[in-house]
Amino acid sequence: MQELTNKRVAVDRKPMTFMERLYIPTIIKGLFITVGHIFKKPATISYPEQQRPFSPVFRGLHILNRDEQGREKCTACGLCALSCPAEAITMEAAERTKGEEHLYKEEKYAAKYEINMLRCIFCGLCEEACPKDAIYLSETVAQANYTRKSFIYNKEDLLIPNPNETH
Amino acid sequence: MLLLTIDWSFIIEKLILISVILGASLGVATYATWGERKVAAWMQDRKGPSRAGPFGLLQPIADGIKLFFKEEIIPTDANRFLFILGPSLAMLTACMASAVIPWGPSIELESGRIIALQVADINIGILYVFGVVSVGVYGIMLGGWASNNKYSLMGSVRAASQAISYELAMGISLIALLMMTGTLSLAEIVNQQHGFWENGWFTWNVAKQPLGFIIFLVCAFAELNRAPFDLPEAESELVAGYHTEYSSMKLGFYLFAEYVNLFISSAILITLFFGGYNFPFMDQVAGSVSPVVFSIICVLVLLTKTIMMILFFMFVRWTIPRFRYDQLMNLGWKSLIPLALVNMLITGAIIIWVLN
Repeated sequence: MQELTNKRVAVDRKPMTFMERLYIPTIIKGLFITVGHIFKKPATISYPEQQRPFSPVFRGLHILNRDEQGREKCTACGLCALSCPAEAITMEAAERTKGEEHLYKEEKYAAKYEINMLRCIFCGLCEEACPKDAIYLSETVAQANYTRKSFIYNKEDLLIPNPNETH
Repeated sequence: MLLLTIDWSFIIEKLILISVILGASLGVATYATWGERKVAAWMQDRKGPSRAGPFGLLQPIADGIKLFFKEEIIPTDANRFLFILGPSLAMLTACMASAVIPWGPSIELESGRIIALQVADINIGILYVFGVVSVGVYGIMLGGWASNNKYSLMGSVRAASQAISYELAMGISLIALLMMTGTLSLAEIVNQQHGFWENGWFTWNVAKQPLGFIIFLVCAFAELNRAPFDLPEAESELVAGYHTEYSSMKLGFYLFAEYVNLFISSAILITLFFGGYNFPFMDQVAGSVSPVVFSIICVLVLLTKTIMMILFFMFVRWTIPRFRYDQLMNLGWKSLIPLALVNMLITGAIIIWVLN
């Protein structure tokens, strides 16, 4: 019968010779391997000081974007919440009044915008659904915390700092 | 008038020596834990402890503080006295064996007074070491039994049976060595290995008793409960064997006693087989420096050799997988003891028919 692959290897079942049963040559051979590893560069990096670069498609914590004049881009259309498979996003819309043009880009804005980071699966569908380019997934990772409540990020946590405001 | 006849300077001298040796062995043992973690990490391409202090050098101290602050639990049904006696005995016997190791040649002061760098030069030095090491088994056995836990008891039985069966082969392999040296005193054995090369052969006993050395080394691994013979504990998969019920510093004592034992048995191995404080060209060095400096050099040589031996123990631990229990017993009773007996017979035959 013809073999499907040529990967079959016959198992060597010969009884061990005296030299093999002594074990000591094998142990010395093993010692050379492990001692050799002492002089190799460790694969570990000291994490908080050194960090590995993320891959370009990494999806981390969300940010809410602003335009060049520092106005919030989000118009609270709800498409991100609709597209979210984990139902992590909640929002409440409000209408822009006179005198708030420097704060919000469109006539409607998100008065409340919350993402539950414990529900979020970081799929990035909100980013794809957004017609206003308002939400992006950044390259940071959610911080560890003690309470569930602290994982619900509100609008202030998500908004990027206003470029026109000097801090 | 009894007080006047006591040599007070002798007592003070010995007290200082004892405290220095005790402090040194505890210090080396402390940093052996750090060294072991570093060696293990490097062998596995990791970095090891690096947070506490430079290069993680404060890590053992941090570990000690942590153990002291842990909650101390004594099981309700445990025998309180024996439960506390167990780790104390383990620690005590670990420290006691250091008394007979000659750490360096005697220093002769200008006043004619001779200071021996050995706490007690008793003429049955090796026998004393063996006796003390055997008492160490009681620490394990008592700890396991007093916990009143069947798993601890089984762990301690395993540990004790392993220690006892390997002590036998260890003793027999040593008899061959003692037949060649003709003395049990460790100071005398070290003196016989003076220098490195004499009369066309190495003076160190490892060249005279290679088989005895290998048997002794393997038994030392088993006596120390170290990998590949660490199945009394099997810390990576079983419930830690005999010290399952221990917590806080009592657990720390058991773990620490193991590292003190590691240091002491490395020193004894070096003393018996690798010439103790002797080193090549020591006579030329002795001629060119003052006796005190020479003694210090000798002590440093012994410490360096001991640390290299400890490193070897660590390299082996992180290289070889653990034995199965039946394999361990097979190796001890069916291989090492007959080998040691044959070695003893050959040595005896050579001494009678060749050397005479």
